[in-house]
Amino acid sequence: MIPGAFEYHRPKDMEGVLAVLQEHGDDARVIAGGHSLIPMMKLRMADIPHLIDLQDVQGLNSITVGDTITIGAMVTQHHIIENHALASAAPIMREASLQIADPQVRYMGTVGGNVANGDPGNDMPGLMQCLDATFTLVGPDGEREVAARDFYEAAYMTDREDEEVLTQVRFDKPQGGFAYEKQKRKIGDYATAAAAVQIVKDGDTCASASIAMTNLSDTPIYSEDAGAALAGTTVDDTAIEAAVAAMLGDIDPTEDNRGPIEFKRHAAAVILRRAIARAWSRA
Amino acid sequence: MAKKMHIKLTVNGQEEEFLAEPRELLIHTLRERLNITGPHIGCETSHCGACTVTVNGKSVKSCTMFVAQADGADVTTIEGLGSPDNLHVLQRAFKENHGLQCGFCTPGMITRASKLLEENPNPTEEEVRFGMAGNLCRCTGYQNIVKSILAAAAELNSAKEAAE
Amino acid sequence: MNKEITRQERADALGGMGCKRKRVEDARFTQGKGNYVDDIKLPGMLFGDFVRSPYAHARIKSINTDRAMALDGVVAVLTADDLRPLGLHWMPTLAGDKQMVLADGKVLFQGQEVAYVVAKDRYIAADAVELVDVEYEELPVVVDPFEALKSDTVLREDLVAEDGSLPDGAHGPRKHHNHIFTWEVGEKDATEQVVSDAAVVAEETMYYHRTHPCPLETCGCVASMDKVNGKLTLYGTFQAPHAIRTVVSLISGIEEHNIRVVSPDIGGGFGNKVGAYPGYVCSVVASIVTGVPVKWIEDRMENLMTTAFARDYWMKGKIAATPEGKITGLWCHVTADHGGFDACADPTKFPAGFMNICTGSYDIPTAYLAVDGVYTNKAPGGVSYRCSFRVTEAVYFIERMIEVLAIELNMDAAELRRINFIKKDQFPYQSALGWEYDSGDYHTAWDKALKAVDYEGLRAEQAQRVEDFKAGKTRKLMGIGLTHFTEIVGAGPVKNCDILGLGMFDSCEIRIHPTGSAIARLGTISQGQGHATTFAQILATEIGLPADNITIEEGDTDTAPYGLGTYGSRSTPVAGAATAMAGRKIRAKAQMIAAYLLEVHDDDVEFDVDRFVVKGAPEKFKTMKEIAFAAYNQAIPGIEPGLEAVSYYDPPNMTYPFGAYICVMDIDVDTGVTDIRRFYALDDCGTRINPMIIEGQVHGGLTEALAVALGQEIAYDDMGNVKTGTLMDFFLPTAWEVPNYETDHTVTPSPHHPIGAKGVGESPHVGGVPCFSNAVNDAFRAFGLRHTHMPHDHWRIWKTANELGLHG
Repeated sequence: MIPGAFEYHRPKDMEGVLAVLQEHGDDARVIAGGHSLIPMMKLRMADIPHLIDLQDVQGLNSITVGDTITIGAMVTQHHIIENHALASAAPIMREASLQIADPQVRYMGTVGGNVANGDPGNDMPGLMQCLDATFTLVGPDGEREVAARDFYEAAYMTDREDEEVLTQVRFDKPQGGFAYEKQKRKIGDYATAAAAVQIVKDGDTCASASIAMTNLSDTPIYSEDAGAALAGTTVDDTAIEAAVAAMLGDIDPTEDNRGPIEFKRHAAAVILRRAIARAWSRA
Repeated sequence: MAKKMHIKLTVNGQEEEFLAEPRELLIHTLRERLNITGPHIGCETSHCGACTVTVNGKSVKSCTMFVAQADGADVTTIEGLGSPDNLHVLQRAFKENHGLQCGFCTPGMITRASKLLEENPNPTEEEVRFGMAGNLCRCTGYQNIVKSILAAAAELNSAKEAAE
Repeated sequence: MNKEITRQERADALGGMGCKRKRVEDARFTQGKGNYVDDIKLPGMLFGDFVRSPYAHARIKSINTDRAMALDGVVAVLTADDLRPLGLHWMPTLAGDKQMVLADGKVLFQGQEVAYVVAKDRYIAADAVELVDVEYEELPVVVDPFEALKSDTVLREDLVAEDGSLPDGAHGPRKHHNHIFTWEVGEKDATEQVVSDAAVVAEETMYYHRTHPCPLETCGCVASMDKVNGKLTLYGTFQAPHAIRTVVSLISGIEEHNIRVVSPDIGGGFGNKVGAYPGYVCSVVASIVTGVPVKWIEDRMENLMTTAFARDYWMKGKIAATPEGKITGLWCHVTADHGGFDACADPTKFPAGFMNICTGSYDIPTAYLAVDGVYTNKAPGGVSYRCSFRVTEAVYFIERMIEVLAIELNMDAAELRRINFIKKDQFPYQSALGWEYDSGDYHTAWDKALKAVDYEGLRAEQAQRVEDFKAGKTRKLMGIGLTHFTEIVGAGPVKNCDILGLGMFDSCEIRIHPTGSAIARLGTISQGQGHATTFAQILATEIGLPADNITIEEGDTDTAPYGLGTYGSRSTPVAGAATAMAGRKIRAKAQMIAAYLLEVHDDDVEFDVDRFVVKGAPEKFKTMKEIAFAAYNQAIPGIEPGLEAVSYYDPPNMTYPFGAYICVMDIDVDTGVTDIRRFYALDDCGTRINPMIIEGQVHGGLTEALAVALGQEIAYDDMGNVKTGTLMDFFLPTAWEVPNYETDHTVTPSPHHPIGAKGVGESPHVGGVPCFSNAVNDAFRAFGLRHTHMPHDHWRIWKTANELGLHG
């Protein structure tokens, strides 16, 4: 498995990145960790004449934790796992990151790459939707922000323009209980079904809940109705079943080696039930 | 053919400079260009870990890194971990505990394990299994690999205690 | 201190049989100094790469290599047209069929080799592959063997006569143009009579899915033709280097003495590296054409899609018994999917391998087996993946049939096995399907295993779990997997077993050096089994020199004696025996030398660990080290100088290792996720040479069994596209998915093997697969399940639970 030839660019700053992108349009792609892109290039399923490596671009590597949390696009899953402040402010980030790929891949795999690639198998997009994150995109016309919940259009199709670079993700410090539940065949596999859940508890009732699913459609699925089904309830079986039913109305899985559609829907329901139960127990 | 790049790498403490196509995969640079054949090619899609080396302090699957990305990096392979007269504790532990059979996964296993023990000097069995899950072995069933790594950790820890 | 060295201390110092000797191979492997085929780098070496068919069945209308040849750095592009004048566009398979080396007018499976590009490096070769223009005309695709036997679509026009008749195949008459052979063993009429008369009959059809050995190192070679001297050197991933040399000679016309085949270190084989592949032939031709060395290394996708699959057997069974559970007959029919060419690696007389070991560990008086081989649009192969020829299929079949019979009889499956085991005093045992089992003590092993896991306790726990499940207290079921397997390994007696006419003996040649060290060379080749360690242990015990002073060398046909290689657990049973026999020849000569040196008659000295002593006067002795020196440096009347021996061992029979395995598994009924809580493996491989290595083999074989049982498959869609071409989808478990195993043993030596050893490498795979599968099936027995097919991955387990109504 040998990739096709390409020109390699390693700009020192974002201006340099944008300049190459503008010059080459969709003949150019940025690369962060490369663990989604490089295998595709080696299989010659992606032909990229100009590759722009972001590793020398300053300002993409930081994690700041306060009432708002920002994570630079080049922050790796390994960084997320090791960052104590982040783990305590947004523990779902660590819980999810530990379930992504394997140790070596997590050293290289970045938040930016994971959210921007638009691969339905990636875990961060659903997680970002659950957290109602905002993505910062930088392009020739400057910066703009897009809600994670509005970003994904189809498999590998996002709101990002060819000349834009996703530079950071930002979300409010999550409240309440959390769970990232993922079923997969083995370490290194994408999800058969995965659910990201955050639940805010007020007394004995659920004040609000946010639910997003991974690898069950050609985009991540933020299920607003599933969250709404829990709000105001005591998260009893009836409420959970209502949330699951709402989620099932939103997903649209396809058959693959992980199983037929019927199984995926079943697994999605099971995984969501477990995620809700776990998040509720932590709320 | 794309134009070649001037690449500088430090591999096992030695500085290397050469011209290469940017698409050259780091594993090929090591194996073909520098004749460092310890790291192997197993799956080519970043699943098996036979090509694992340490790049700037990170365990990396070198089949999934272009040499251009590694330009300027510090790389350590199995060849840089120990020498015949001064074996790395993991190299000894794998032999003592029968942690290998055909040997093909072994350089990647040991290189990865060395990083794991650096980050977590006193791992549980579960942590070893989780931390080694990026390396596939077809021969051993992992039981003796896990045993080898735990034995190496114990040896390192008792050496450290003795020094304190 | 002047303590006398005891006999035991002298024996221990040898590091001989039975000790947990550390492996001598490990120094190089742990330091990254192994020498695998892709590590070989020869001056001027070129790289080969294949253009492969994207279609499973298509006619090739044209191949245009112009654009590829125009690429800087491309040296040649070979097609079938280039090979035809040499007669190398087709090659013989190990199963008596022939196979295209490069597509000759059509392709029969996805990934088939169409053209071979030779370039200066692998990057240019890969680029050039993209530039070869092939025009295909798609043909109807047949991926189901039952459909194939009904289909009008002819896969192999070369096997249909011009008048439309079907010439016999290598194994007799063919029933249909997509039919390869029918192989029958046993008594058909008598068995059918027993089945029809029986009080109880259990019937089941089971699919043993297609999978792949998938060693971590893929297949590859370096061919180097020295035109000046007319010598071809071929380095490669060969589990049978000598056979490869003979085959290369026969098909290329190069005299065998001008061919040197070298198997360097091999990164796992598991059967994948037994066969001869188009890559080898094309590389040899390319080296002959270009005059420089040519390297070919397949990538992982090519490995999974094209070289040597395993299994793919549809097995229909009927097992007859008395109401008390005594088995009276076994009937089995197999529909075997062999893909586009019959390239199964089986001894010539056994087109379905040793499938006729399918009566297993049981005393079954009457049996019948028929196997129909079928062509489909899938890759060729059918190798024994970590098993002796088709033994995994046979053992899976009988161990599943026993479970189904237990259900039919409403009996405990452990007890059903016990009452049907061949008894210790029945060995040597003649099986209804033609084998002579050498030795066994199944009851002892079985009782030990059941006791070790507290079988009664497990069943009680399981019953409680079922109650809890029904009461809604848990969603996890518990399965107890049982298996008692009997292997048949060590092929084999030359009178029965040959491959392409090459008798399946093996060999060892020993040369003792004057200072009392030695080198021994064998016809086998290690792929991780640790031959350099264990064969030295056999010799240490046989000739009384320390194992550490004995070098073992294999894999170079210029130096090693001829042998049939390493697969089917044959190294210890055959080459191990040759080693012991050669050692005994050394000892016989040493005895004469010792007698001369001690000035006594030959019969007055006897071997004692590391020396010959004068009978009755043990203080008078000559050590083997002293004898070795004398052998070379002292003129001894009537004895020629030197101390060497060679043995070619043709085993009188196969060996029959056996074992008792028990698996305890929890199954999440809602997700289909399995958790192996416990796995106990008792192996009886006869005499144990190195317990450490045996244990390692068992761990590894069980893990490969776990993979096959729980998810590993080569799956095709209806168009013949491979759906599992990378390690994302082809299941190789990580350390995280694999349990710790408990190993145990009994020792029942083989009566006909010089040291009583039987071989062990494949037992855990052969026994492991049904054990894991039985655990899954057993978990659902209380809910009415009789049988569900492997692989037991999450969705298939979910489907089983769903069909049983366990999801409410």
